[in-house]
This record gives sequence, C-alpha cells and structure tokens, in this order.
Amino acid sequence: MKRIVGALGGLIVFALLWEGYKAVGNPEGTAVLGVKVLPRADDLSMPHLWTVAQRLGKPELTGGRPVWQVVFDACLFTLGVTAVGFVVGTAIGFVLATLMSRFRVVERGLLPYVVLSQTVPLVALAPLVAGWSGALSFGPYPWQDWMTVAVIAAYLAFFPVAVGLLRGLQSPTAAGVELMRSYAAGWWRTYGKLRLPAALPFLFPALRLAGAAAVVGAVVGEISTGTRGGIGRLVIEYSREATSDPAKVYTAMLGAAVLGLVVAGVVSLLELPLMRHRRRVEVNVV
Amino acid sequence: MTAVSIAGVSKVFNAGRPDEVTALSDVDLTVDSGQFVSLIGPSGCGKSTLLRLVADLIDPTSGTVTVAGKPAAQARRDQEYGIAFQQAGLFEWRTVRRNVELPLELRKLPRAARKEKAEEMLALVGLADFAGHYPAQLSGGMQQRVAIARALAVHPPLLLMDEPFGALDEMTRERLQGELLQICAKTGTSTVFVTHSISEAVFLSDKVVVMSARPGRITATIDIDLPGRDEAARQSPAYFEHVTAVRKALRA
Ligand SMILES: Nc1ncnc2c1ncn2[C@@H]1O[C@H](COP(=O)(O)OP(=O)(O)OP(=O)(O)O)[C@@H](O)[C@H]1O
Ligand SMILES: [Mg+2]
Repeated sequence: MKRIVGALGGLIVFALLWEGYKAVGNPEGTAVLGVKVLPRADDLSMPHLWTVAQRLGKPELTGGRPVWQVVFDACLFTLGVTAVGFVVGTAIGFVLATLMSRFRVVERGLLPYVVLSQTVPLVALAPLVAGWSGALSFGPYPWQDWMTVAVIAAYLAFFPVAVGLLRGLQSPTAAGVELMRSYAAGWWRTYGKLRLPAALPFLFPALRLAGAAAVVGAVVGEISTGTRGGIGRLVIEYSREATSDPAKVYTAMLGAAVLGLVVAGVVSLLELPLMRHRRRVEVNVV
Repeated sequence: MTAVSIAGVSKVFNAGRPDEVTALSDVDLTVDSGQFVSLIGPSGCGKSTLLRLVADLIDPTSGTVTVAGKPAAQARRDQEYGIAFQQAGLFEWRTVRRNVELPLELRKLPRAARKEKAEEMLALVGLADFAGHYPAQLSGGMQQRVAIARALAVHPPLLLMDEPFGALDEMTRERLQGELLQICAKTGTSTVFVTHSISEAVFLSDKVVVMSARPGRITATIDIDLPGRDEAARQSPAYFEHVTAVRKALRA
C-alpha cells in the first residue's frame, strides 16, 4: 500500500517538475559559457503532458489505429521478448552462481570474464549475435529476429543474477555451515536448506536489476538489429516525426517507461511470498 | 563403552604463519557412556576448539579423536551427536518451530511427527508460545533456548554443548539445568558441556575438566560425587567442597 502511494507520489512529482520547468525554463534552453546546461522548454522539445495524453487517443496516421493501441501492441511484443530474455538470463545466472559457489576454481576462472562480459558495448554485440544466429534453427523452426533480441536481453540480465546470487550463496555464517556439516548434510542439502534461502535477500535486488537490464537489452536490441514490432523500433519510427508531431515520440517513450515499471512490479511481486520473515521483524532504521 | 576418547590431540591454527596459535597441546580425555563432563577454563584456552574437534568440524593437527568407537569423521556422518554452540546459529528465514524441525527434516521424519516433536521440545525450554516467531523477534537468551531445543530434538547419543546457558538469567538457567539432567538421565545421553560457571559445572557434571591457556591443555580432572541433583544438592557440603576444589584447580 505504502509502495503504491510512493509510486503515485513519484509520478506526481515528475509531472510537476516537467510542467514546472516548462513554465519557468528558457524556451531556447539555458547555456552557460556556450555550454548548454538546461534543455529547451518549448513545445517542440517538451510538449505539455496533456498534449501527449491527447495524442495517445488520436489515430497514428489519418484513418489508422489510435496511437495507444499501436504503443500497447508494441509494448506487449517487447514485454514478451523481455520475459524470454529475463527467464533465460536468470537461469544462466543461477547456474553460473551455483557453479562458482560450488567450485572455488570455477569462481576464480570465471568471475573476471563474467564482469568483463558487461563491458562489451551492446551496439557491437547486436550484429554479432544476429550474424551467427542466422544459421541456427531448432529442428523445423528457423531462428527468428526476436530471438536475437531476447539473447541480447538475456546477455544483460544474467550478470546481476550471477554476481548477486554468488554473494548470497556465500553469505551464510560459519556457524550455519558447521551446523549443516554436523547434520552430515552433503553439498546439495546445504545448498537447499541453507545457502539458497540465505541468498534470497541478495537475489531479489539482483532480479530487479536483471528485469531493468532485460528491458534495456530488448529495446536497444530491437533498435540495433532493426527488429520490427516492438517499442524500441516504435521510438525510432516516431522520432523521425519529432519535428512535425513532437507529442507522438513521447507516447512511445511513455510506453517504454510503463513497460519498465510493469517488469519491475512483476519482479517485486515474486518476492512477497518468499520473504515473509522480513515483514514480520520490526526494525527501526533511523 | 566410551562415548568420546581423545588421545594425544594437539591443534595448531595457521601453522607456519606469523599468526600461528597453538590452541590445544597434547590433550587426553575420555568420556564414558552416559557420563556428563564439563570443560572449564579461562577464555581462549581451547574449550570450543576441543568441542569442534569432537564434532569433526576441524581436524586435529596430531592425535586421534574417537566418538562412539569410530573415528570422529565417521561418527559425524552417522550423526552420533547433536550440538548447541556458543552462537545460537538459527536460520533467520525459518520460524522458531521450523528451526527446531531442521535436524528432523534432514532425517526425513514425516511432517506431523516433526511438528509434534518440535512443539514438545519448545515447551521444554519454555518457548511454546513463540513457535511461530522468527529468530530476529527473540531475545538472545530465547534464541539460545531454541538452539538447545534443536539439539535435543533428535535425542542424540552424545550432546556437545558450548556455553548453552551463557545468555540466560539465573532462574531460567537453573530450570534448564534440571531439565537437561533429567533428559540425559532418562535417555542415557553422554554430554560434553563447556561453561564458565564453576557452580554450574559442579552441579551438572560427573567429571569437571579444568583447562589452562597458552597452550591449551588439561591441568586437572575432578570427579564429582553429589548425593543427588536437586535443590538440596546445591546446598550440600559435598557441593561446596567440589566448588572449592575446582576453584583451586583453576587458580593453580
Ligand atoms: N578458526 C581459528 N583460526 C585461528 N585461530 C583460532 C580459530 N579458532 C580458535 N582459534 C584460537 O584458538 C584459541 C582457542 O580458542 P577457543 O575458541 O577454543 O577458546 P575458548 O576456550 O572456547 O574461549 P571462550 O571461553 O572465550 O569461548 C584462541 O587463542 C583462538 O584465537
Ligand atoms: Mg568458546
């Protein structure tokens, strides 16, 4: 409940800031010593929020479907790709973290590369994935464009899970590990009864990061591979019309933002049933 | 039958490094079946280390540890003992009841039997009303009692306890001492019990082992012979004589 109020409050603050800046900001932007420090506040760069809202209801092209429907469909498409990327990435992160916590050697050998993997620029990665995946197929099903995008989303999403879960799996105290040892519990049982539950408080923030990363990966992946049908592509298409129809590109961006919020919301719903004890314990943080 | 037999055991931590510590040096100790043995000595003299050696949580540098007639490692695998250590070591994501159920779960007891057993043990340590709470909602002493309940739940033939009553008030402590003695007598459990309290050691034990620090070793073994283990025993002349004897041994 508090969270919903908080989220609504955040939206209102954002709207106030946006419209407030429009009201007081220099329409030509503010420059200090020739360097632009504040953006233009004219209707072309920053349309009124209600103009954006109105634009959602009007048809995309004369006689076409209303913009909100187009944006909604595009968001659904991207949401699907994001979900696939998120699930695959999380699974890979899980396996990697588990292997790294099980074998010291694997951790020492693999962790640097896991970190390194995230420094590869996405733009360089996308054509690469598109290139070698073109030859792949699953039996009778050929490789599809959206799969390339999902691979990129997964590539970004696995990282926080692998690193966060690894820390969590290594978090139990010596006392806990010794207790399991005294019960003659093997590695798997120690994993299931001690390490995994102890890792949950580390896993959930990591999953939220992974959700956000998957959205970014899907949107950027769509753009850089030129995949049609998603919100990333829509942002690019609409931005071509930015001069004639500035509100339109903001509708697509709004869609992308809502998509991000939906993913974040779904991920945080996951943790409700699993972190019951957190809510029962009263802590006073000053 | 001997429950625990320790022969010529030494333990050196971080051997060959500048922070090398000789925690135990040439320790011999025998605990007979059904016997209650207390370890007492100054802080850092290696009491916990000795207990962890018996539990096969660490390996001795030299010497042998035998539990229930087997090497310590085998005894651990056969779950010949239960432990309650200095830190309660509860799992914060489990309720109190589910913490007590943990060893029963690992022994594949059916759910209903687990629940019943855990509730019985919690009643014993006076925490029946807190079964549904989480460890973070309990005081330090209550957490320790949960750990004791967890150790007792499986009725191990050997109990290893490291200052289990350390954080308890005098009244609770005395009540639990009584309960512990009853359980041990009823089930024939052998116990190795670490404590800092001379009176506790004397009241509970058949044998008090006095240790000294740097390097940790056994300096005296005092057999305790009390007429009984009730309130009257705490006032008996024999009790005070033994307390004095242990105190002397600790000073020496
Ligand atoms: N894992 C370890 N690594 C290095 N040194 C250790 C380790 N565990 C214990 N020691 C050392 O061994 C010595 C004995 O420690 P131990 O914990 O057995 O003492 P203790 O008798 O239980 O003390 P206390 O009564 O304070 O609990 C100490 O000097 C300690 O520094
Ligand atoms: Mg100790």
